[in-house]
Amino acid sequence: MSDEKKLFKVTIDNITVEVQPGTTILNAARQIGGDIVPPAMCYYTSLKGSGGKCRTCLVKVAAGSAADPRPMPKLVASCRTNVMDGMVVENITNPSVLEARKGVVELLLINHPLDCPICDQAGECHLQDLSYEHGVESTRYEFNRRTFDKHDLGPYIQLHMTRCILCYRCVYVADQISNKRVHGVLDRGDHSEIATYIKQSLDNDFIGNVIDVCPVGALTDRTFRFKNRVWFTKPVDAHRDCPTCKGKVTLWLRGDEVLRSTARKDQWGEVSEWICNTCRFEKKKTSDWIIEGPTVVNRQSVIGQGHYVNITKPRETISDVMGGRPPKLLMDIHNVSGVNNVDLSEIPGPASGKTFEEDPHAFATNPTDRKKPELNSNHELE
Amino acid sequence: MQALTDKIKVLERKPMTIGERLYLPAIIKGMLITFSHLFKKRPTISYPEQKRYFPSVWRGVQILNRDEEGRERCTACGLCAVACPAEAITMEGAERMPGEEHLYKEEKYAAKYEINMLRCIFCGLCEEACPKDAIYLSQTFAPANYHRKGFIYDKQDLLIPHPIEEPDRYKQALGERATALKQKAKTSEEESMDN
Repeated sequence: MSDEKKLFKVTIDNITVEVQPGTTILNAARQIGGDIVPPAMCYYTSLKGSGGKCRTCLVKVAAGSAADPRPMPKLVASCRTNVMDGMVVENITNPSVLEARKGVVELLLINHPLDCPICDQAGECHLQDLSYEHGVESTRYEFNRRTFDKHDLGPYIQLHMTRCILCYRCVYVADQISNKRVHGVLDRGDHSEIATYIKQSLDNDFIGNVIDVCPVGALTDRTFRFKNRVWFTKPVDAHRDCPTCKGKVTLWLRGDEVLRSTARKDQWGEVSEWICNTCRFEKKKTSDWIIEGPTVVNRQSVIGQGHYVNITKPRETISDVMGGRPPKLLMDIHNVSGVNNVDLSEIPGPASGKTFEEDPHAFATNPTDRKKPELNSNHELE
Repeated sequence: MQALTDKIKVLERKPMTIGERLYLPAIIKGMLITFSHLFKKRPTISYPEQKRYFPSVWRGVQILNRDEEGRERCTACGLCAVACPAEAITMEGAERMPGEEHLYKEEKYAAKYEINMLRCIFCGLCEEACPKDAIYLSQTFAPANYHRKGFIYDKQDLLIPHPIEEPDRYKQALGERATALKQKAKTSEEESMDN
């Protein structure tokens, strides 16, 4: 059987690779790897039906197939176009593709608020990477950006609709991973927004995964909200014995505090093993987890800053020279500093001014929280 | 060995002449040099009364900026801390609560902000990194202190005076550079209007 199945030969940016029939151009490029892989904002390997919405993965097909070598008239979305035998694809070697991608980034950013200094996704945001690599320096848009009120989808997930690029990934997650979907895209065109119908809260064991699939900061974790910047936390791989999911996560630590836990992402920023809400939102102690070791972070990523891997510390010689006497500490910064005194992993929401001044267990409730009487006045969410 | 440069000066170690061995002429020569300094311009100044001129590019102690309404601009984005080569800056963010809109400009603000001035090297990278115009290097230096712990500056030490409540101190803290910049912006605006 297997020898009958003919592999398709496809050339992407002058690199030839043999792939199974039915592979998309994007996945063929990912098999080659490197710079020639088109960026993808909406395509997600493990979500059926995803892709074809954001248009960042546009490529030029210079020859359709060996049988019909005519080029395709327009740029095609590589995540939704299957390869043919003898297809010739141009990605970064074709200036018109780069030009088109620049335009796509500009369109994606037209209504984006660019509030990266506030956004919790900054540092691991795909839109940030994309616009840094392919975008232009300044905007030509002179009109008001569309605005939405931010609201909570349940106690754990916060939606900033202004940041959304309508990739539909979260909709597919709710459809395919969780049992029932209560959120979707409402309205049309410029007004379309991700919303729960009449602001129903999302409660499902696996709904937290919408945070991981969101390529921008539209869906963020409320238990991590404003607690730290991504690049100051230290990612480690950890697992626990979880009855609902496989329990394999990445923990983002500050010292010994678990500030956040996410599913493990591969090199394309995609999750293959979904994790449940208990692992994601509730297990915020290092004792809940078995830590395997530091997560491998890309050298180019800002998250790798301050991670000194494979270094040998110079030996401290002062006590040897001084006959066993340790060096005299003139000041211990931890006695003087007012920062890092509050254990942020113990509060289920973002810190407020009160957290640092009066009650270390106080946390900020949201305008939507206040509508619910039981969540009034800084109580625990359970 | 081949010489790397042609600027080598060969030292001569000849025995001293009689005039040199007397010492007195050399001592008088030295005294004359010292005496001549009495009539030269003094390099020191009497500090509190006289103040030295700081060039406009001087990088002094940091200041946390406020906007025109006196709201803190910093959003605790951490870019100054990540840019800091001396790792002197630390901060903790918090969410702005309803009713605090007059205090903080954006929905997130720095509840704690700390610069370890013992570590700071006044390179100005924090100012360059800041996307919110929140941190500036002012035109004064960090004052001396008797204790090391006095050099851990927290947010209250760093914040610029309130522009509405204390306009005089605010103007003083802004320094010459800010007013010069404002003037420059104004004139260029007028020029563009004329054109």
